[in-house]
Amino acid sequence: MSRLISASEALRRALASIAVTMLVLAAGCSGDEFTDSEKATIASLSLDRLPPLPADPSNRFADDRLAAAFGATLFFEPRLSGHGDVSCSTCHQVDRQFQDGRPLGRAVGLTDRRTMPLAGVAFSPWQFWDGRKDSLWAQALGPLEDAREHAGNRTAYAHFVTASLKDRYERIFGPLPDLAGVPRNAGPLGTAEEKAAWQAIPEAKRAEIDTVFANIGKSIAAFERSIRHEETRFDRFARAIAAGEAPQGDAALDESERLGLKLFIGRANCVTCHAGPRFSDEHFHNTGVPQPPELPEDSGRAAGIPKALADPFNCLGRYSDAKPEQCGELRFVAKDDPLMVRAFKTPSLRGAVSRPPYMHSGQIATIEDVIEHYSSAPKPPKGESELQPLTLSEREKKALVAFLKTLDTGRPLSN
Amino acid sequence: MGLKGRIGIALGAVVLAVAAAVGYMMFAMAPPSDLDLARSKKTAKGLYAVEIAPENPAFERNTLHSWVVTVTTADGAPVEGAEIAVDGGMPQHGHGLPTAPQVTAALGDGRYRIEGVRFNMSGWWEFKLHIKAAAGEDDVTFNLSL
Repeated sequence: MSRLISASEALRRALASIAVTMLVLAAGCSGDEFTDSEKATIASLSLDRLPPLPADPSNRFADDRLAAAFGATLFFEPRLSGHGDVSCSTCHQVDRQFQDGRPLGRAVGLTDRRTMPLAGVAFSPWQFWDGRKDSLWAQALGPLEDAREHAGNRTAYAHFVTASLKDRYERIFGPLPDLAGVPRNAGPLGTAEEKAAWQAIPEAKRAEIDTVFANIGKSIAAFERSIRHEETRFDRFARAIAAGEAPQGDAALDESERLGLKLFIGRANCVTCHAGPRFSDEHFHNTGVPQPPELPEDSGRAAGIPKALADPFNCLGRYSDAKPEQCGELRFVAKDDPLMVRAFKTPSLRGAVSRPPYMHSGQIATIEDVIEHYSSAPKPPKGESELQPLTLSEREKKALVAFLKTLDTGRPLSN
Repeated sequence: MGLKGRIGIALGAVVLAVAAAVGYMMFAMAPPSDLDLARSKKTAKGLYAVEIAPENPAFERNTLHSWVVTVTTADGAPVEGAEIAVDGGMPQHGHGLPTAPQVTAALGDGRYRIEGVRFNMSGWWEFKLHIKAAAGEDDVTFNLSL
């Protein structure tokens, strides 16, 4: 009997000592203090540290103001579609961070990917969730010919620009080609009839039409380059930290937000990929996101690389304005990295809290569920996940969400 | 030793294990403090001396940039006509380089330009060179801390 009592007494004392140890450890990550190294990381995430937009040598109109204005017209133009009812802004909605809030983008039909927001998109060397395009202008061309999106075709777009926007186009790009005898509907990616009609067009004329098509993309890209990230509470906090000052007013993060930040840049390892002022390394990672059963198997970046290399509108193609030596991304792409199987682009986390659902096909409904996903690190449907399970308390999970909210401008989304 | 003492030791070990695990999780991603960051090294078998230098010393994380590699024999003679293969990655994350850098020019005096290097994350990177030249094949691994 006395042995039992002393054993339980020993257990009680040991538990007490565990509790004390845990409290000491918890105090160490309470978020009240940031180390110099943490402060440097916080400063590195500030919008103040965003470098100037990288030049796009493949698009000599990238920073042309007339081209950007023309691109804005095209971006909101529903006649730039097969049935006259879809524009880029159908999914990239200007009052919703240029996205649509749906799990899967929906225009003429339903796509198999989540619509991406557009702020700061020109900082990415690769476009789309799988990086199958190596520039913003090449990206803009994809949806225009996708039967599920704009569902249009190349000659129809050339005819439309010639009929309705001739002066504006020619002021920027010079004379439009003569389209006499060119079929109304033809293109290499359309219906069987459209493909046959496209093949019947002489090669030199096809190249002239492709040039008009590429210039549509280059104009839209010039417009999209003007879509910027906006300053958030976190940026005001980080600015003060970088200056060695105490954050004032709304820049002062509360205890939970600071704990979330501490976890984000520390034990939760979020900043490993969500790095820099855009909270993205602009690279591709398999994080074990589930494959929706109703969608075709998606191998992500592994399938995107050969598409980018084969794209006639890539940096090395005839419609690019770059010299081959300026196409470093394409020339030095790692072609056979096994980690690219089901790897998808790291999205920026700026404004992410107010644009559910999440992941490349909208698989995860809420930000809380995203935190659960990273905490549990599920086995990937294919390939290798880069995630390691995290042990996060409920308080810590809430803190991560609280921190992510500081990356939002706080303005409500209109519908 | 009584049962009480044994339970105490066992639970003390649990406490230490928990503390070690938390500590490991907190610091696992920091580069080892004793990392050899030398940018000038002998190859593994000692066939060559190799020096690496970024062309733009102020290169930033996540930008595509180039390095110049200088290869000499063990007694200091420049090595011309070397074939150099580039590899590397982050040992703590288990992934390789995000790009496939290549030698794009021999600059003379044993110097070679490697283009297409990008480090997309902060932390410890290995930059590995496999060198094949008249004296034979050899390897060298440099550590970089970003």
